Parts: sequence; structure tokens; C-alpha cells
Amino acid sequence: MTLSEGPAAVPLLSVRGLTKLFGSFAACNAIDLDIAAGEIHALLGENGAGKSTLVKMLFGVLQPSAGQILWEGAPVTINSPGEARRLGVGMVFQHFSLFEALTVAENIALSLDPKISLSKISDEAAALSKAYGLPLDPKAHVADLSVGERQRIEIVRALLQNPRLIILDEPTSVLTPQEADRLFETLFKLKAEGRSVLYISHRLEEVRRICDRATVLRHGKVTGACDPKRETPASLARMMVGSDVAQVHRDSASALGDIGIEVTDLSVPARTPFAVSLKNISLKVRAGEVLAIAGVAGNGQGELFDTLSGEYPVTDDEAIRIRGKAVGRTGINGRRLLGAGFVPEERHGHAAVSALPLSDNLLLARSQSDKKAFLSGGFASIIRQDAIRSATRRICEAMDVRKSGEDPQAGSLSGGNLQKFIVGRELDRQPAVLVVNQPTWGVDAGAASRIRQALIDLAKAGSAVVVISQDLDEIFEVATNIAVISEGKLSDPHPAGTLTLERIGLMMGGIHESHLIPEAAHAH
Amino acid sequence: MHIELEKRARVSTLFSIFSPLLALALTLVFGVVMFWLLGKSPLGALYSFFIEPLLEVWSLHELAVKAAPLILIAVGLAICYRSNNWNIGAEGQFTIGAITGSILPVMNPEWHSPMILPLMLLMGMAGGALYAAIPALLKTRFNTNEILTSLMLVYIAQLYLDWLTRGPWRDPQGYNFPQTKSFQIEAVLPEVLSSGRAHWGFIFALVAAVALWFMMRFMLKGFQVSVLGQSERAGRFAGFSARRMVWFSMLLSGALAGLAGISEVSGSIGHLQPSISPGYGFTAIIVAFLGRLNPLGIVASGLVLALTYLGGEAAQLSIGISDKVSRVFQGLLLFFVLSCDTLIHYKIRLVVAGAKAAEVRS
Repeated sequence: MTLSEGPAAVPLLSVRGLTKLFGSFAACNAIDLDIAAGEIHALLGENGAGKSTLVKMLFGVLQPSAGQILWEGAPVTINSPGEARRLGVGMVFQHFSLFEALTVAENIALSLDPKISLSKISDEAAALSKAYGLPLDPKAHVADLSVGERQRIEIVRALLQNPRLIILDEPTSVLTPQEADRLFETLFKLKAEGRSVLYISHRLEEVRRICDRATVLRHGKVTGACDPKRETPASLARMMVGSDVAQVHRDSASALGDIGIEVTDLSVPARTPFAVSLKNISLKVRAGEVLAIAGVAGNGQGELFDTLSGEYPVTDDEAIRIRGKAVGRTGINGRRLLGAGFVPEERHGHAAVSALPLSDNLLLARSQSDKKAFLSGGFASIIRQDAIRSATRRICEAMDVRKSGEDPQAGSLSGGNLQKFIVGRELDRQPAVLVVNQPTWGVDAGAASRIRQALIDLAKAGSAVVVISQDLDEIFEVATNIAVISEGKLSDPHPAGTLTLERIGLMMGGIHESHLIPEAAHAH
Repeated sequence: MHIELEKRARVSTLFSIFSPLLALALTLVFGVVMFWLLGKSPLGALYSFFIEPLLEVWSLHELAVKAAPLILIAVGLAICYRSNNWNIGAEGQFTIGAITGSILPVMNPEWHSPMILPLMLLMGMAGGALYAAIPALLKTRFNTNEILTSLMLVYIAQLYLDWLTRGPWRDPQGYNFPQTKSFQIEAVLPEVLSSGRAHWGFIFALVAAVALWFMMRFMLKGFQVSVLGQSERAGRFAGFSARRMVWFSMLLSGALAGLAGISEVSGSIGHLQPSISPGYGFTAIIVAFLGRLNPLGIVASGLVLALTYLGGEAAQLSIGISDKVSRVFQGLLLFFVLSCDTLIHYKIRLVVAGAKAAEVRS
């Protein structure tokens, strides 16, 4: 296969008028898309723009309601992922489907013909991973691997089918910058072989860097097709969101107040075999400050959040102080009563119960901190539905939560809207301390900028804010200080202005800062 | 080739509401088939099974007698199940409640005080609650599966009752029958109306149902139950303790089962004997699910299941078939309730073996 086919060449995959209706709602509306052989094609769009629906139709998971899919010019129907694979489409999902207790080779074998022997799979996987610069040990257990390595398994798994089109869904959202660079090299290699890549992302810089063409979706429709290298991030964002994304504003100098939350030499053993133990963590956040904790997923962020929130109290009462009070042994509601608020990473089943209405989910976080307003009847604790409903309405208005109906189930909201509600639920109390884990994970650009602005405004109004995030753009937008968590250890915080993306990336990869930049470590 | 259950994207509200009625209808259809296979006139049999018991005042009273323990136990179980604690041992808690509640009349047959009855009821509740505390303790301390422990404790309770009534508590003047002395009049739970046998146990059941309905609907406790039942992690985030919920729900359902036990013995039997229940504690599980784990729904489903007991007795007399038929009906009903609910949430898909199986997994 050659790369130099002229513009008249038949595209590898074309989509004409592809529509998917869920009831009367068009998730995809008359989408046209061409992917040429040997190109890296970006699919851009906010959450809920229809990217996933489109991709699921291309991979045979969903059936289109109308329209055509053409493979090398010939119309095809893709009824199942198996048919998609036989056609030559491979897919790497955003959320991996791997068994942690099995080895790499065993996981790959699960998706292949059961007749192929494990040793043959091992050999092929090893060969492929070498050829594409995806270092991978077929005998390693998945539980021991980093997220980047797990993604490589998914990629190798897709490559084993020798696909001509590979679809990657938000592949870099979990990678360090260095890991992402390595992935890009692999993608370029695939491209050089004449394979096509459909690259789904919301990271505009990345798309500009590696993609040859981009198709932008909004509300299920194509709103633009362009050469991303000729666009600016702002112009791409405009196509995605439809209007200019509100820029997040941060005033550089705000007066710092008292210490909001302080952690001193906190060590917590791992609760489960797959959890990370926290080692000698110390941090201090003053009112007016945003401490961002960067790090690659699975380095103890969840454990740190659980410990700071008091969902899992620790034995040393003095190790954690909120507004001067020792709270190590105090539970989450005791800490809330001291003025702290918490936003966990997982929306469904942690921050909110999907099957309960929003008003109940408001009560979930605030049944004790707002006891006076939300409960009556003393010991019987009768729930005051009217007060909770009106507070729910207030939060939805303040955060522009878009929902169907007055008090819908949390599960019926889109990720971005539910996250706005969950953050708004805490902001509504004006917490003196706010700890947020991955505030905009899987959230569309509009909602993300709103949430980030709210975090900055909260700090400016005199709260101490801790943001745990994997998104470096986000961290640089909101943070006054940045620390990095790696293997359960937290680095010293640095003022955001003194750090570069590259240096954080190296710190995230577990390379200790003092080895790299001794002069910076001694600077203060 | 194998069968797979695939989650439906959308759950029909209409069918969720009507699923108990659908299950009831399917049970009747299969009842017709069963009677026909037994060589009986299906309609006549169904009539004597389900209609006849409703036509006379005395049998309506009997219906209330049978429904009382079912409802009392089932409302407690509903709270358990809504909070994701699976107490299967209500039959054992019922039995222990009956035993501890009977301590006073058995040990002091000459005590004629109006205090005795309230004390008996309280002791019955305490006994049931303590017996349910065993699986609760095992679950919170050792993470033991409460389904297994509570079920196994049923057989211990039944054998203990058997030993008591044949051994130390046997009435010496009872002609060697394995039963205790009949309770003194002050220890007997009185009838509600003079027209029949229905005793205060039925009133207790209604009060418990309304109280627990109120709790689930309006109180923070009920909110805790449903949050912890749906997501323990979210419950932890709310500051609710899953461990304390294990204790609360197990003790509550145990106490209600114990109250049902002593009410049955004191109001309906009048003494202890080796067998005091036709499986109320197990049938109450069906009652709880047929009533959609809603305390008010359980009042209705408790009456339906009580009817299957009465119908079994009636059918035995009038058409001469075994009263085990009522067990068959109860089993059919539970099967159809669960399968209707499953099919509301999932659809069935046949998967051809071989190459395709691999695709499905990936």
C-alpha cells in the first residue's frame, strides 16, 4: 500500500448520512466522514457530541438508523464487532477490558480464536510490540502494569488482527506526556505502513500535532472538517463548542490566609492487594490557595482522597488537620462540619447514586452539614423535601445544570452536567476547604471550564482548595502550587509558575526531581 | 450455543408496575395446567382454592391469622433486602422469638398478671433480634455471608424447639404429647373481633407496615437504607455506616420475626409444640418480593400468600388433593415474580458457540 495515492483515490472508509436515533433523539445526525488510507484522522467533539455513538456504529456495536458505511467504496453492513474486525477495523477503547489477575498473553488470547495456542500468541505479541515500539512482557500480570502498559495490551490486541483502520478512543487521557509521545511514534509507524487511524480526543494540542485531518462533531452533526495543523486550539475549540470557550481567569496575587488543610507525615497501608499505600505524605494548603496534585492514574490519588475526606479515617489523629483541628480519626461528616467539602472522582456510585433523583443526591452529601435546613422532627430526622428541592433548584441554576424534568435521576444526566451538580452541591455551602479528585474527568469542554473557574473563584473567596488531577492543562489553569504524586509518595509543592509541562511529566513518571534538577531543588 | 442475558437500555415503567400482577396471572395459568394434569376440573379447583376461602367470615379471619406473620416478617425482610442485607433465616428468628416469648407462661403458669402479655411480646422480639444478631456479628466481624449463616441457623432453632418441647418443657400432664402446657388466659393474645379467630398479631402487622413505610418514605433512616442498598461506596461518602446498617436491618427484621413468632404461638396455637409454622419465614421472602419490597405492597401480597395456605387446606378437603399444592403455588409465584423482574431488566439472547463466543467476550 502506498501513501501517495492522489486525491481521487477511494477513501478507506466513508460514511454517508449516518444517523442514529434513540427514540426521537438523534445522537448522530446525517454524518459524513471520509478516512483516507494512511491518514491519522481526528474526531473532535464535546461529551455527548455523538463521537462514541459514531464509533460504535463503525465497530458494529450499534446499528445505524439511516445512512451508509462504505468500505473502499463498497457499501457494508457491520452487524457485530467480529464483522468489523474481519473487515479490518480494530478498536482500542478508553476503558480497558482486561482481567487483572491474568497475564498479558492470556488477556490477548481471550479475544482471539480459542484454538490458537498461548505460546503462539505470546510470540506474536512480543514480535508486534517490538516492531511498533510498544515494550510489553507477555508473561507479566496485568495487575502489575501501569495504565500506559495496559493500553499497549489493547493496542497489540487490536494489531494482532492486522487491521487497516484502528480506532483509538481518548488514548492519551491516562498517559504521561512521555508515554503519550511513545504512543504517537507508534501511530506514525502505523500510518507509514498505510494503515489509517481514527483518533478520538478532546486534547486540541495533541490533535494539531499528530493528525492529518479532523472532523468536528457537535450535537450529533458535523460542524467542520479541517486540517488541524492550520488551526489554532482556539479555533478548534470554537468548532467543538460552538462559541468561544470561556477562558479561565486567575488573578496572580491573592492574599493567603490561615491554613485550611494540613497533612503531616501521613502513611497509610494499602487496604487491598491492588491498592497503593501512601508514604510519608505532607502537604499544607492555605486559604486562597489551590494545590494541584498531578500524577498518572493509580499512583495513590484515590487512596489520598479517601484519607483526606475521612471516608477511611487513619489511626494518627494529628496527621490530618482541618482548620487547625486534628481530624485524622474523624469521619467524613465530622470533617464536613468543620467546613470541608469533598468531590470524589467517580460520579456514579460514589459521589452520587445513579438511580436516585438529584434532590436525594443533594441530601447524600449534606445530611449532617445542613441538618438544620434539611431535616426536622429531631430524633426521627424527617427529610424536608421542600427545602432540599429548592436547594437543588438553586444549585442547578448556579451551575447551569441541564436536565430533563424538575428532579431527574442522577443517572439520566450527562457526565458534564452531573459533575457540575456534584461540584455545585459543595460550592453551595461555601466550604472553607475543598478536596476534589479529577474534577473534569470525562466532562465536556464547556462544563470543564465552568468547573475550573468555580474552583479558582472559591479559592479567591478565601477557601483552601486541593485538586487531584491527571490533566496537566487543567492543573496549569487552576493551580497556585503543584505537587506530584507517584507510587504513593507526594513531592514537595512548587509554585505553578516555576514548573514546566516537561518537568512535571518527568516527575509523574516517577523520576525523582532531585536527580534531574538539583539546582531547582536547592533554589528555595 | 448458550443463552445470554443482555441488559435492556430502557426499562418499561408500565411492566415494572404490573409485573406482580403478571406473575400472579402466569401462576394461575400454570395452576390450571397442573390441576388439569392431576385430572381435576381446573376451574372448579381454582375456585375452591382461591375464591371459596374469601366467601365466609370465619375464613376471612383465618386469612388474617395466616397473613399476620407473613406481613410482619416480610416488612422486616424488605428493609433488610433494600439495604442489601440478605436475611434468609427469618424462620429461625420466628422460632426463637416464639421460644423466648414463651419463657414466662411456660415457667410461671400460675402468674396471672396483665403484665405477662406485653412482657412476652417484648421477650419474643428480643429473642428474634438476638438470634439475627448472630449472622450480623459474623458478617461485620468476619465478612461471613449472611445468606448461609442465617439459613443454617434456621435448622438449629427448629431442632432446639423440637428438643425443648419433647424434653424439658414438655407438659407432664400432657399424655406424652410433645408440647408445653397451654398458656394461661392472660398469656393469650386476644382476638380483635368476637366474630372469629383473627388476633392482635394482624394489627401489629399493619402497624409495622405503616411505620416502616413512613420510615422509608420520609425519614433519614429510610434514605440511609436505600443509599447503602444501592451503593455502599456512596453511602460511605454520605457518612453512613454500612456496618451499622447490617446491625440495624438484621436486628429490626429479627425482632419483627420474633414478634410474629410469639404472636402466632400466643394468639393462634396457645402452647409451644415442635412445629409452629408452615414455613412462614420462607414464604415471607416471596411476600416481600411480590410486594416489591414496599411495606404497603407487602400487606397486599401477604394476603395473597395467606390465601394460598388457606386454599391448600380447602382444596385438600373439597377436591382431595394434597395441601402441598399450596407450596407448589408459592414456588410458582416466586419463580414468576423473579423471572418477570429479570425479563423487565434484561432480554434473552441466544449465542451460537465457537468463533462468535470470542467476539462477545471482547
